[in-house]
Amino acid sequence: MNDFASAWPDAASAYASNVDLLALFFMALVVILSAPVFILMVVFATKYRRGKNADRTEPINRNMWVEVSWAVVPFLLILFFYGWATSLFIVHASPPSDALEIKAVGKQWMWKFQHAGGQREINELHVPVGKDVKVVLASQDVIHSLYIPALRIKQDAVPGRYTELWFNAEKPGTYWLACAEFCGTDHSAMTGKFIALRPADYSRWLAENGSDGSLAAEGEKLFVSSGCSGCHSPDAKVHAPSLAGLYGRPVPLENGDVVTADDQYIRDSILLPQSQIAAGYPHIMPTFENILSEEDVLKLVAYVKSLAKASEENLP
Amino acid sequence: MSSVTNHDERPNPDNLDDPGLSETKTERVSYLRAGHTLRSWLFTTDHKRVALLYMMSITFFFFIGGIAAAFVRADLLTPSADLMTNEGYNRAFTLHGVIMVWFFLIPSIPNTFGNFLIPLMIGARDLAFPRLNLLSWYIFILGGIFTLFVLILGGVDTGWTFYTPLSSMYANGNVVLVATAVFIVGFSSILTGLNFIVTIHKLRAPGMTWGRLPLFIWSHYATSVILVLATPVLSVTLALIAAERLFGLGIFNPELGGDPLLFQHLFWFYSHPAVYIMVLPALGVVSELVAAAARKPVFGYKFVAGSSIAIAVIGFLVWGHHMFVSGQSIYASAVFSFLSLVVAVPSGIKIYNWTATLYKGDISLDPPFLFAMGFIGLFVVGGLTGLAVAMLAIDVHLHDTYFVVAHFHYIMVGGTVSAYFGALHFWWPKIVGRLYSVVWGRLSAMFIFIGFNFTFFPQFILGYEGMPRRYHVYPEQFQVLHDMSSIGASILGIAYLMPAVYLYYSLRYGQPAGNNPWNVTGLEWTIPSPPPKHNFDEIPTVDGPPYNYPVRKEAKHA
Ligand code: HEC
Ligand SMILES: [Cu+2]
Ligand SMILES: [Cu+2]
Repeated sequence: MNDFASAWPDAASAYASNVDLLALFFMALVVILSAPVFILMVVFATKYRRGKNADRTEPINRNMWVEVSWAVVPFLLILFFYGWATSLFIVHASPPSDALEIKAVGKQWMWKFQHAGGQREINELHVPVGKDVKVVLASQDVIHSLYIPALRIKQDAVPGRYTELWFNAEKPGTYWLACAEFCGTDHSAMTGKFIALRPADYSRWLAENGSDGSLAAEGEKLFVSSGCSGCHSPDAKVHAPSLAGLYGRPVPLENGDVVTADDQYIRDSILLPQSQIAAGYPHIMPTFENILSEEDVLKLVAYVKSLAKASEENLP
Repeated sequence: MSSVTNHDERPNPDNLDDPGLSETKTERVSYLRAGHTLRSWLFTTDHKRVALLYMMSITFFFFIGGIAAAFVRADLLTPSADLMTNEGYNRAFTLHGVIMVWFFLIPSIPNTFGNFLIPLMIGARDLAFPRLNLLSWYIFILGGIFTLFVLILGGVDTGWTFYTPLSSMYANGNVVLVATAVFIVGFSSILTGLNFIVTIHKLRAPGMTWGRLPLFIWSHYATSVILVLATPVLSVTLALIAAERLFGLGIFNPELGGDPLLFQHLFWFYSHPAVYIMVLPALGVVSELVAAAARKPVFGYKFVAGSSIAIAVIGFLVWGHHMFVSGQSIYASAVFSFLSLVVAVPSGIKIYNWTATLYKGDISLDPPFLFAMGFIGLFVVGGLTGLAVAMLAIDVHLHDTYFVVAHFHYIMVGGTVSAYFGALHFWWPKIVGRLYSVVWGRLSAMFIFIGFNFTFFPQFILGYEGMPRRYHVYPEQFQVLHDMSSIGASILGIAYLMPAVYLYYSLRYGQPAGNNPWNVTGLEWTIPSPPPKHNFDEIPTVDGPPYNYPVRKEAKHA
């Protein structure tokens, strides 16, 4: 029993335990479906071995019903597991809206994390236990995949788009974190620590690693230093949309589409401005593709997002 | 093995006019002796000789791919990087994958045994396009030379999957050259597939109706359809990678306005069906071996034949199961997961039908059957663990871990390679006209089975514990299982070499096989071994179903 427990990897969340349960039952099904084959093969090979006396009369060569049944019955059993696995997956794929948000950027060959308060870390991820946490993933170069075995989850970080991964860690502790998608030379060095802390410890950690400002505040600085404000501030001379209240709003585009201004839209507006032009504005916004890193862009997104909240608060 | 040995056919050692101690009369008129020059081999259009050319070439590539695997397994003995650098390790496993997939597994059974046996089994004198057949071997060799060339230049570091934008922009190996090699070898696949399809349609002997085809032919037919329909997609995809890498055309790289996931869709649209290119011929072989060993028709011929076609068709609809954590929509994932379960049904039918075939059989425990049993066991494990990773929530954890590595090695090495060896042991007497030592054959079947499980079973556990694949350095807790795997791999490596010894020995010292050493049905066993150049002196007429063994009507009492 002890040996088994040590061979079985730590499960640090309720979701992870659910996956284990599913996997365990599925393995039982694997045994049930394969045992008849293994047993009968050996039994027949012994009983009907050439040269051995056995009743070999009237062998049957086909039987519709038998064949249909051994196609359908295993399939129905498996279908049950399909329902189970898919519903669990839907939970995994639907982050709660009020989850604590952490940004992650995969980069050859390291993981960079940014907390809302501006705290930054490399190859280490500190999270509070008992709280829903959502990691927004971006990639600076190739595809990476953030894998936390103790949580039984992983998600690819795909260049050009944001993906998400959420969890609710239960057991405080330090676990292994890795990149699961082959990403070049030092792929196997792209590992780190996933550190789940009690809420009080987490607050202490945040305070100790306090930075000069929140992520949004850093975004605001960038907004000025990169020259965005030159066009986007209310007193700018050029005709550019105000970004206040933009986040989460529907935006009519020049080509007639209407899109919601989410993280991805704001990212693309900065890095690929020509791909989505807001209706009624000139095509003058330059691309910041080679100027800003994904981390900078994440800060700017946080800033634009904070503007939305600010303008809501300012409403009469 | 029932030894229907024709001692009278042996040349008389005392008669000096006899052309050689080791040649029988049948051998002297066989395809093997129809021309002794190198030229007569390199310019042959005889499907049997082309099959042997393929057999020699893929054996060579299996060896090279095996050496790469040996480097990988040796390096993984310790958690740190000691034998190779990170870059060297990446090149080693990439080479292993590229060579094993395109230069061994895909051509393995179809191009050797398919080539050799399809005309013999349907009662034809050759394939429909004998010259095309030879051309396809030359194309294969050209692709192979390209690959070896890349090897000398230092290799490539993208993994056999060539994921973008790593392959198209970031990797520093010779991506374009390898892509070219695989591109070239694709044409060889397409030509072979085309040749088989036309042959099976047009050259069946009188009376060889579709319902009388051996199951080996059905599965090769299904394989050929995939070869012809899927391979072009791979070719186009590789060409697009080269275009992006060489000319900066924005197709897969988001910085250039491309979509990296598009590559995965295209790649798996080919590569999932490619799994069935590797497996379907093996399933065909095993149907033959089981029927021959049990001396009974395969249980439910129609279901088994139909399941090959079903696998080929449904196999085209499941590619998205490789992309559950890629950011693909959850609805797409749910559908792909479901279809992946559906495609398992026809494989399941085959397994259960083979088992039923053994019931009341007259089962011989000769090497071919032992390999077939090994195949069934490993394929069952590989298939069912495949279902595990088709389950969404399980795959989110196991994707890109050693669990997946173990799963597909059970299918492709445990399955296909076992079937390849099974076929080799079954048809060897037909191909070369000599019997080999069955004792050694049984031993190597057992060693391969044991070595295989020793190597790959620990990898299931490694994967569940969270060991990612393609990892050169790894946490210490995984070392024990890695070491077991590496030790198993050395047993497996030796076991793979064993047949080379006794089969080679049989060439010279083996008893002549006679037409039908296993005493089984099938047109290929009605002609001399080795077959004469034109297979059949007279095209046979078929008047009964396949596997038409005499049925015992009443109980036999001891
Ligand atoms: C040269 C002037 C200019 C600069 C500099 C500039 N922008 Fe823009 N931006 C525009 C214009 C004009 C538009 C509207 C047309 C379009 O969608 O491209 C726009 C659109 C946007 C949008 C989409 C707004 C909407 O309503 O859809 C965002 C977000 C944005 N810019 C962010 C930024 C950020 C962040 C920076 C700094 C890194 C920046 N811009 C720099 C001119 C500029
Ligand atoms: Cu990686
Ligand atoms: Cu697949």
